[in-house]
Amino acid sequence: MSTPAGARPAETAALSVGIRWGRIALGILLLAAVVFPWVFRLPYHRDLVIRIFLYAMLAQAWNILAGYCGQISLGHAVFFGTGAYTSTVLQVTWGVNPWLGLPAGIATAVALSLVIGYPCFRLRGHYFAIATIAVGEIVQTLAINWEFIGGARGLTIPFQKDSLLAFQFATSKYPYYYIMLALLAICMLVSWRIERTRLGYYFRAIREDPEAAQSVGISVTKYKLVAMAISAAVVAAGGTFYAQYVLYLDPDSVLPLSLSILVCLLAVVGGVGTLWGPLVGAALLIPLSEFTRIQFGGTGRAVDLLIYGALMTIVAVFQPAGLVGMFRRRLGHRGR
Amino acid sequence: MFHIPSSEMLIQGILSGILMGCLYALIAAGLSLIFGLMEIVNFAHGEFLMLGMYTTFWMYALFHLDPLLSVPISAAALFLLGCLTHKSIIRRILGGPMLAQIFATFGLGIFLRAAAQFLWTPDFRQISDPWVQGPVRILGVSVGKPQLVASVACLLAFGFLYWFITKTETGMALEATAQDRQAAALMGINTERMLTLGWGIGSACVGVAAAFLASFFYVFPYVGSLFALIAFVTVALGGFGSIPGSLVAGVIIGVIEVLGGILIAPAFKYVAVFGLYLVVVLVRPQGLFGKF
Repeated sequence: MSTPAGARPAETAALSVGIRWGRIALGILLLAAVVFPWVFRLPYHRDLVIRIFLYAMLAQAWNILAGYCGQISLGHAVFFGTGAYTSTVLQVTWGVNPWLGLPAGIATAVALSLVIGYPCFRLRGHYFAIATIAVGEIVQTLAINWEFIGGARGLTIPFQKDSLLAFQFATSKYPYYYIMLALLAICMLVSWRIERTRLGYYFRAIREDPEAAQSVGISVTKYKLVAMAISAAVVAAGGTFYAQYVLYLDPDSVLPLSLSILVCLLAVVGGVGTLWGPLVGAALLIPLSEFTRIQFGGTGRAVDLLIYGALMTIVAVFQPAGLVGMFRRRLGHRGR
Repeated sequence: MFHIPSSEMLIQGILSGILMGCLYALIAAGLSLIFGLMEIVNFAHGEFLMLGMYTTFWMYALFHLDPLLSVPISAAALFLLGCLTHKSIIRRILGGPMLAQIFATFGLGIFLRAAAQFLWTPDFRQISDPWVQGPVRILGVSVGKPQLVASVACLLAFGFLYWFITKTETGMALEATAQDRQAAALMGINTERMLTLGWGIGSACVGVAAAFLASFFYVFPYVGSLFALIAFVTVALGGFGSIPGSLVAGVIIGVIEVLGGILIAPAFKYVAVFGLYLVVVLVRPQGLFGKF
């Protein structure tokens, strides 16, 4: 999508210049991300950026399913909770190392995504979205009432050892930052690969016209499931990170509908179906919510939600391609 | 895990489920009407309900107006809100991508909920002394009077809606617009007006349900979320766009909710509802009465 087919020579030249600048910008961005915690040494700033990275990763995962493949899930918190709960329950109950819990969480989430996806993909558009809300609500209710995984009280991960091996850090929180950065980088790489390979074309074909995709031999259900599984795997990894970072989880913090919606919001505002959209959305909106909390206090005035809701509607109505789409269109106009 | 209830408890449960189901049906009918017209799900439907309930509450708190008297006010307010939503938002996303259609109203819902919380705090409020209150005994079991009045009124409103759509000229024009917008336009129907009217009527249905609901239910910014979820499920179960489907599905869901609460555990009543919904749409994706 980003490389127009049949570009004229002048455009191709402009494009290659664009690619070179893109690489330089990417290098600077990456460098900035690496040195950030050494420049801004306040724990508050570090925590903020960690959360931007985490939400960017979740939004990117959602984007793989919804943006590229066109299946709008409003229940992605299910996979976040699955990742968080799997590693935590393994650790608290059987003492399994969270680094093993991470792939276990991913595997569980992928399995669950297939179980949910296989029947739900028979539904289209709005129907699919509503079904995913229903699934999310069912899972949250079950988690609240399931005593084995802590019920409504949640689970606390006991602090054992300050080490990379234990995925727990107390004296210095820097490792959390770099682990999260690495996870985000992997997630971005996965999306980038998907965007550029056959898989990405299959996804977009399914999004644009499922019947046409089917008629040229793409197994629609299979590739919807592939998109769902990749998306669930990434979100689950984020869930395990969250559990290790906060060392406490309960159904309200890892399974709520509001989390599913926040993830969509970031991607929608940033730019659905674009590589950088979710990151842009998270980088703008997560600090915004912090800012309003500082300005108006955490007294439940919901100013951040007020802005989020308005933004979501405005973007959907006037700029469905999001901020990245808007920016890209500007560039396109200038090029011509 | 299963509890064996007494037959009296069972009858009582089923009866109150049917009563609540009539309310669900009216809420869902508004949603279904809008979907039938333009294939857009109003994800802010629950927040419309919430605003109707607040309208009723403030009429009571400020002017000592009983919820029963607030019914036309709430309906009129929501009618206007619906028309305004269509004119300002929906008109622009008709024929747009699925994503825009879902998130335009979704964002509106989040906005309205946050606005209510901002203006009126997250406190739970209640109309403490409505005209109709207390229980009444019918068929040997007791049910709440407000619930009984609400369900009868909702049935009447439902009947009126059905009559309006199938028998009046404007209603038939609405139906024609729902079936084929272009053909309707060629027949001289002002389809843009019909779509606005559809949003108005669909929202007014919610306004009526909201006023009755406010007489026996707490009013708070998040009250709409649960009812909206039930409304989505009701409409999907009954078949999107089918008005009679909403009535049947609403009552089924009301009964399942109560039976789930009695037979399994109160905490699982919505699991029973959503579970049933998933099973039905997986067997029959178009819902019970849907044409697809």
